[in-house]
Amino acid sequence: DIISTVEFNYSGDLLATGDKGGRVVIFQREQENKSRPHSRGEYNVYSTFQSHEPEFDYLKSLEIEEKINKIRWLPQQNAAHFLLSTNDKTIKLWKISERDKRAEGYNLKDEDGRLRDPFRITALRVPILKPMDLMVEASPRRIFANAHTYHINSISVNSDHETYLSADDLRINLWHLEITDRSFNIVDIKPANMEELTEVITAAEFHPHHCNVFVYSSSKGTIRLCDMRSSALCDRHSKFFEEPEDPSSRSFFSEIISSISDVKFSHSGRYMMTRDYLSVKVWDLNMENRPVETYQVHEYLRSKLCSLYENDCIFDKFECCWNGSDSAIMTGSYNNFFRMFDRNTRRDITLEASRESSKPRAILKPRKVCTGGKRKKDEISVDSLDFNKKILHTAWHPMENIIAVAATNNLYIFQDKIN
Amino acid sequence: EMEDKVISPEKVEEAKLKARYPHLGQKPGGSDFLRKRLQKGQKYFDSGDYNMAKAKMKNKQLPTAAPDKTEVTGDHIPTPQDLPQRKPSLVASKLAG
Repeated sequence: DIISTVEFNYSGDLLATGDKGGRVVIFQREQENKSRPHSRGEYNVYSTFQSHEPEFDYLKSLEIEEKINKIRWLPQQNAAHFLLSTNDKTIKLWKISERDKRAEGYNLKDEDGRLRDPFRITALRVPILKPMDLMVEASPRRIFANAHTYHINSISVNSDHETYLSADDLRINLWHLEITDRSFNIVDIKPANMEELTEVITAAEFHPHHCNVFVYSSSKGTIRLCDMRSSALCDRHSKFFEEPEDPSSRSFFSEIISSISDVKFSHSGRYMMTRDYLSVKVWDLNMENRPVETYQVHEYLRSKLCSLYENDCIFDKFECCWNGSDSAIMTGSYNNFFRMFDRNTRRDITLEASRESSKPRAILKPRKVCTGGKRKKDEISVDSLDFNKKILHTAWHPMENIIAVAATNNLYIFQDKIN
Repeated sequence: EMEDKVISPEKVEEAKLKARYPHLGQKPGGSDFLRKRLQKGQKYFDSGDYNMAKAKMKNKQLPTAAPDKTEVTGDHIPTPQDLPQRKPSLVASKLAG
């Protein structure tokens, strides 16, 4: 099925994917193999479970998709792993635990579970733990439902490890991980008169270190930073980030392509990155009036906006991610291309995630899109790009140079070449 | 005579779009878009309609009954499972709008 979200956990040992069918598949990195010392651990399937099912909203006669919009891991506190997964309306906390021992020799039960005849029991039998084949179980521990009128686009676990936020088009709610029957509304941008609606919330995230700070982005290309200490309802922002626009260059498409599809804090907490249709921007949290860095993802699409509007591609929501040291950023594009930018050297690269172009263990060849007239060998012209092959979701291992790229219904995992 | 300013590619695209859809809304990023976005999700007439649509996807059998089904009626009182499926509404009623 089509992959709709990809996320590494805090150690990078686990990689979770959610798909359009409501399923979650978790991959685990294999321990380094002594017989193959030069090969880094590969990721193999660890657990698969159905997280969400399709539902029907009786009041509005609308179908609620089971598609997993986001997965966010909780930091690991014991042997089990916890993650939050959400569809448009309901967030669920899942516990993934391993079982490698089984108790045998129960006193009152047979091996197949049937109760023994109490009159036949003449001696005490104490069960002993015996090893068994590893079983990975996923169980839903909390279900956070009925708090969103509109469609959930983001969830973000707070650095306090106790609370998390969930954001829909018009509202952001704060939850406690232990409490499912109550949630606090912290942002509400719904106008009294819906005719006056001019923008929606597109993404939200908690600051990685300051548990009172979060940001949310809008369809108008702005980001608001809010401080929960200043008031219970954070409708009034503490900081407002917007790049000034040249009014003479404004067109019908300006607002649509400025809509921010993803916002991510850097690991350091000093910067944040936003993705709009054509570019990725890095913002310094101390400077609200413009981004400090702007990277063009696929500027050649600017002269194709008319067709991209007609085929709806202009509304595609691309995500972006940082590497562990915040020195590089990555985002997807069309034709199964994805782009990486090195913030220090200012070098960028375009790679392709497809079976035809890469064999296992082969080094990826950089790609180039030809914009001008003469197409060089190995270049691809803009008109040959396949706009159905979009890479919307990518993830970067928190510490190493391992990346996960979702190309429609295939997951690719790439690693740095080992010297 | 050369123009002083080069027309941006975006404006060229905008002109193309306006040529194809002359009645396109005045407020491009405004209410219509957003309202459509908030309304995302396929609408059905009611829960019965929804369940019929779901069943149709799962049910690979043709609506024209299989041979064993044609034998049922007339022989004994048919049960709901024996009857051919109702065709779900193809067009959502205007009431649903």
